[in-house]
Amino acid sequence: MTKRWLASLWLLALLLPWQAQALIIEITGGSESALPIAVVPFGNEGFSAPEDISAVIQNDLARSGRFAPLPEADLISSPHEKSEINFKDWRLLRSEGLLVGKVSSVDGETYQVQFQLFDVYKGQQLVGKRYQVPASGLRRLAHQIADQVYQTLTGEVGVFSTRLAFVSVVKNADGSKRYALQVSDSDGANPRTVLQSKQPILSPNWAADGERLAYVSFENGKAEVFVQEMQSGRRNSVAAFKGLNSAPSWSPDGERLALTLSKAGNPEIYILELATGKLSRVTHNSQAIDTEAVWMPNSRELLFTSDRGGRPQIYKVSADGGRAKRMTYEGGYNASADISPDGRMMTMVHGVKGKFYIAVQDLTSGAILILTETGKDESPSFAPNGRMILYATEQQGKGVLAAVSVDGRIQQRLGESGRDVREPAWSPIRK
Amino acid sequence: MKLIKLMTVASILIGLSGCNTFGGGAKSDAEATSDVVVEDRNAETSGVNGENVSGTEFGDGAEAQVVVGEDQFQGGDILDDPNSPLSNRVVYFEYDSSSVRQEDIATLEAHAAYLGENINVTVRLIGHTDERGSREYNLALGERRALAIRQILMLQGASVKQFEVTSFGEERPSVEGSDESLWQQNRRVELNYIGR
Repeated sequence: MTKRWLASLWLLALLLPWQAQALIIEITGGSESALPIAVVPFGNEGFSAPEDISAVIQNDLARSGRFAPLPEADLISSPHEKSEINFKDWRLLRSEGLLVGKVSSVDGETYQVQFQLFDVYKGQQLVGKRYQVPASGLRRLAHQIADQVYQTLTGEVGVFSTRLAFVSVVKNADGSKRYALQVSDSDGANPRTVLQSKQPILSPNWAADGERLAYVSFENGKAEVFVQEMQSGRRNSVAAFKGLNSAPSWSPDGERLALTLSKAGNPEIYILELATGKLSRVTHNSQAIDTEAVWMPNSRELLFTSDRGGRPQIYKVSADGGRAKRMTYEGGYNASADISPDGRMMTMVHGVKGKFYIAVQDLTSGAILILTETGKDESPSFAPNGRMILYATEQQGKGVLAAVSVDGRIQQRLGESGRDVREPAWSPIRK
Repeated sequence: MKLIKLMTVASILIGLSGCNTFGGGAKSDAEATSDVVVEDRNAETSGVNGENVSGTEFGDGAEAQVVVGEDQFQGGDILDDPNSPLSNRVVYFEYDSSSVRQEDIATLEAHAAYLGENINVTVRLIGHTDERGSREYNLALGERRALAIRQILMLQGASVKQFEVTSFGEERPSVEGSDESLWQQNRRVELNYIGR
């Protein structure tokens, strides 16, 4: 297993105060079949850009495990546009893709950025665009360019310009804790605190619009469900019934939330229609814990965790209620299901002899594949293109985030110094 | 007997600050994230000159807490007697179980008898789990443990109105760490008498 630190960019970030401290991404395993790509450092004219755009793009591509960017020392020249490229020379490097670009600014406030991606063998431009953005938009733009490179060369949707939500915990000197719900870029950089509390925060879940987060907060002394708009910061309590109010999951249309409520005496799955406040009950099993509902992409069915069979296992039920079908049979403990965007793969926490791993199950064949190995892995969340699974694990007694490809071949760890992080949720692709 | 009441103060500070606007240019959607600070609504303030004491006493969710001195048992209330089985207010559980253990039965019988004789007394049962497995499942498991204790107490004479049931799942371990000797201290239900 190769250990590679993509440190150069993050070293700078470590010097900033904790609010702006980036997650450090360590690639702990990579794919043998990664595609070589040449990313030439972008040219700079006028005011120098506050973000190293080509470095962000290069890191994104490397982190996906699908690409192996050539080391800068191997680049034979530094072209910034087509007229400066001698394709014959570049062919010697055996890299099919060549990305060049430049950044210019006359005032340090607005930047013009252009990029061009070439097929080295054909000597043809595959994609090229020019943008004008404020300085604060440069990093976001870099992720968008990385998405276009990824999509052009793999044919799949890139997810570099998506975001991660997670909960971080800081322990104060007196032993008390401070919880923060944070949202970062997909590479862990630029974390913003969107909610801070002295009480636990759990289970963030993104609406499909990427603009609203539902989560559980204990700020009133017990588990209650809130919905918060990212842009305005406006938040509403949507479930504060007697008993538990937890495990929110947005319906694909963003109009309903599946929830766990124990107001009738036992944890059951309900569906809350947000516009009307109308509640409908999905499960009726007064002996069992039913929780952690997640919507199938067809909007008609839910996966959930239940111990109706004695131990926690994953079940599927119609959103209208009715009989539940058991989905997991391997392992004594299966919980916290998430579903891939195409509805074909389920990921879950898979417990074997008191150890907990992230596994995927093919919903057609029922075959399962265990993807992780620490034994303390939880909260899996699919990337919106279904290629990677983000999850929480532990390293030296501290919560860290990690990601693994659905075939288990690419592994990454997102560590953050000094903070305990957990409960990750990968945002949808912003339209 | 003098009871000192520490008023708890409910205060919610919602601060909107630092709108971080992104983009604005081509292809860069505007995005902003505001900071919402939610302060602990159950914040305890000892003394009355705390800077953050606001005027809302006993708002929803606020609770009074009673501090009882060491030698204040004056033959009045057995709940204050350190030698009574009632002084034991935590019961423990096996992994992924909500079955009450034999050694806790005597303690629970004493609490049930006390509640049966003092029908105006209420108790908050707070369920907890160890850190293993799903946080959401653990939240439900903690509640189930608290409900199991409630059921035993009710079978022995307490009434349903005397209980409040809450679960913190694995979020509030009594001790931190990752081995069975620590985990077993975290799989528990706490009995907190309200207003005392």
